Amino acid sequence: MSRARAILGGVLLFLYLFALTGERPFESHLAYYYDILINIGINVILAVSLNLVNGYTGQFSLGHAGFMAVGAYAAGSWTNHLSPGLINFLAGSNGMLTFVLKPFPFLQQFAIPTVVADNLDLVIATLFGGFLAALAGLAVGIPSLRLRGDYLAIVTLGFGEIIRTLILNIDFLGAARGMSVTGTYTNMFWTFGIAAVAVYIVLGLVNSTYGRGFLTVRDDEVAAEAMGINTTKYKVIAFVVGAFFAGTAGSLFAHYTGYLTPEGFNFFKSVDVVVMVILGGMGSTTGVILAAILLTILPELLRALAHTDFVPAFQKALEGVIPIHLPPLQGLLENRLILYSLLLIIMMLTRPQGLFGDIAGSRKRVASSASK
Amino acid sequence: MAQVILFLQQLLNGLSLGSIYALIALGYTMVYGVLRFINFAHGDVYMLGAYTGFAITNLIYMFIPLDQFNAISRHSFVPIFVCTAIVMLGAMIFCAILGVTIERIAYRPLRDRPRLTVLITAIGVSLFLQNITQFFVGAQPQAFKQLIPVRAIEGLGDLTVLSSQAAIIISTIVLMVFLRLIVMKTKLGLAMRALSVNPTACSLMGVNNGLVISFTFALGSALAAAAGILVAMDSPSINPLMGNLPGIKAFVAAVLGGIGNITGAVVGGLIIGVLETLVVGYSNELANWFPFLHYLFPNGLSQLRDAIAFAVLIIILLFKPTGIFGRVEREKV
Repeated sequence: MSRARAILGGVLLFLYLFALTGERPFESHLAYYYDILINIGINVILAVSLNLVNGYTGQFSLGHAGFMAVGAYAAGSWTNHLSPGLINFLAGSNGMLTFVLKPFPFLQQFAIPTVVADNLDLVIATLFGGFLAALAGLAVGIPSLRLRGDYLAIVTLGFGEIIRTLILNIDFLGAARGMSVTGTYTNMFWTFGIAAVAVYIVLGLVNSTYGRGFLTVRDDEVAAEAMGINTTKYKVIAFVVGAFFAGTAGSLFAHYTGYLTPEGFNFFKSVDVVVMVILGGMGSTTGVILAAILLTILPELLRALAHTDFVPAFQKALEGVIPIHLPPLQGLLENRLILYSLLLIIMMLTRPQGLFGDIAGSRKRVASSASK
Repeated sequence: MAQVILFLQQLLNGLSLGSIYALIALGYTMVYGVLRFINFAHGDVYMLGAYTGFAITNLIYMFIPLDQFNAISRHSFVPIFVCTAIVMLGAMIFCAILGVTIERIAYRPLRDRPRLTVLITAIGVSLFLQNITQFFVGAQPQAFKQLIPVRAIEGLGDLTVLSSQAAIIISTIVLMVFLRLIVMKTKLGLAMRALSVNPTACSLMGVNNGLVISFTFALGSALAAAAGILVAMDSPSINPLMGNLPGIKAFVAAVLGGIGNITGAVVGGLIIGVLETLVVGYSNELANWFPFLHYLFPNGLSQLRDAIAFAVLIIILLFKPTGIFGRVEREKV
């Protein structure tokens, strides 16, 4: 387990160092791979943060895309409106800094380079997005986390849909037209940097006293309450931290694509993240990271497969055997949700602990480390 | 007077919408009663009901051009009625079989697992049904051919009642009466009620629990199929994702009425339907009372109708999680 984690850390570090030098490539095939890598980073953040709620704390949330949307729109609004306003306030022709620096003309040559300003803007926007998403998480979590199991799943789904419907109706956020974000600042450095921070914080939380709280809530809520543990507190903490990182992922997404639509954050986006967590194994960060990587690459591979000559040939052969005229089979490969839904059903029927997860093992580890 | 008529009109539209929610909510509530889990795929059974009806209607149209009949003469009333009944029954039977199959394949092997496992499987089944349907029929909406001529019923003064709305309300009442008879007067109904009280004791008394659960799924799915066709009569555009929102709203209705309670599901469905219609119908007045709504939603509130059910759900779960007719269930350790 620890070796797997070390290898994974190494891979992330390598990507991280590589990313330091990498700017967004313009060549189309390079841009494609770059796109996949950024998406891997964003999905890792989403999956790891959802795993804190769904895996470690055992609360089934179906509204992660909602928090991502809050983060994305908040960060986008920061870059579009708040940040230029602030800069104008500080450094415009009548700005405060301009006024202060007027007597010292030699200081004015130390203008902040654009690259630094862009990155700074991204970081502030991301923190802002994460913060607002965490607030949304708090607002959702405090009332709904008194509920259990399937009720909580539906309520979080409901909140996700309410957030989406609200955005769809708020003109300031572009409503159904979508919102363009003026700065596409996201790069590998910050994507994988924030992914690493998310993994670090989630693992740190899980291995702390809080982590014991999360695990007891998951393992037996009634017993935990009987032992005097404030289960609602732990659930809310997990939920807020999860929402925060969903918000940062949203910000990275907003600053990567430069364009947001409410439809991009619908229920199916939440399902994507849930599938990652379930495939990786609820309560296994390593597994969930691997699943996020796998499930980002897999649809691309399937799409590539769909465009080979093999598929039409196979269809012809199949239609020779069974006398039914089928719609083009490419559709099966290109619709990732068919694959995901089958994955969900088959995983639950055959291996509910996930591909890499080992819930019983993690419980044992907790027990042994607690007895030390 | 015009105000009263307008209110009655909204109420009527709300009742016909609510009847649909009630029919779907019955499936949720009955399955919850016997199995204690939310059958997430129920909304998609409703969608497939509409598609089955679509297929059967197209088949009928090959022989009888139904849209050329005029429903007023008795001459044409009989074939229209018979064809509609055939479409309804066909879709209901198909969906009953589908519901039982889903239960056999996806839910029965998980009988003794945690509820969350079953819920995740149900989400998987729901997504699978949607997307496989989309693969076969395409994502674009299809026009459901006319079964009964849709027009305003005469002799009601200023009130406009469409024949399709009347069909929805009448069919719903008939189906409810049937359901009531099945649940209250038959042995299987008795077994269903017994199972919802105590499954272990029930099987000790010689009830075949598996059979009763299958029967419950069949019953619920048949009602959902009927709802699908009734909706398609009123607004004849069907698409593979049409089950999502009505499914969730019907679930809210079931929770509002007290999940597991059959009367509750009906009442909850009607309340949600009426509420939704009233909020949309009186959105301007509402925005005048609460001026901040104008600033937030300059394009009007009617787009918010889909959020209403969720808001209702959150409010119920906060203040009365057992719903209107629900009983408090103690958690046993």
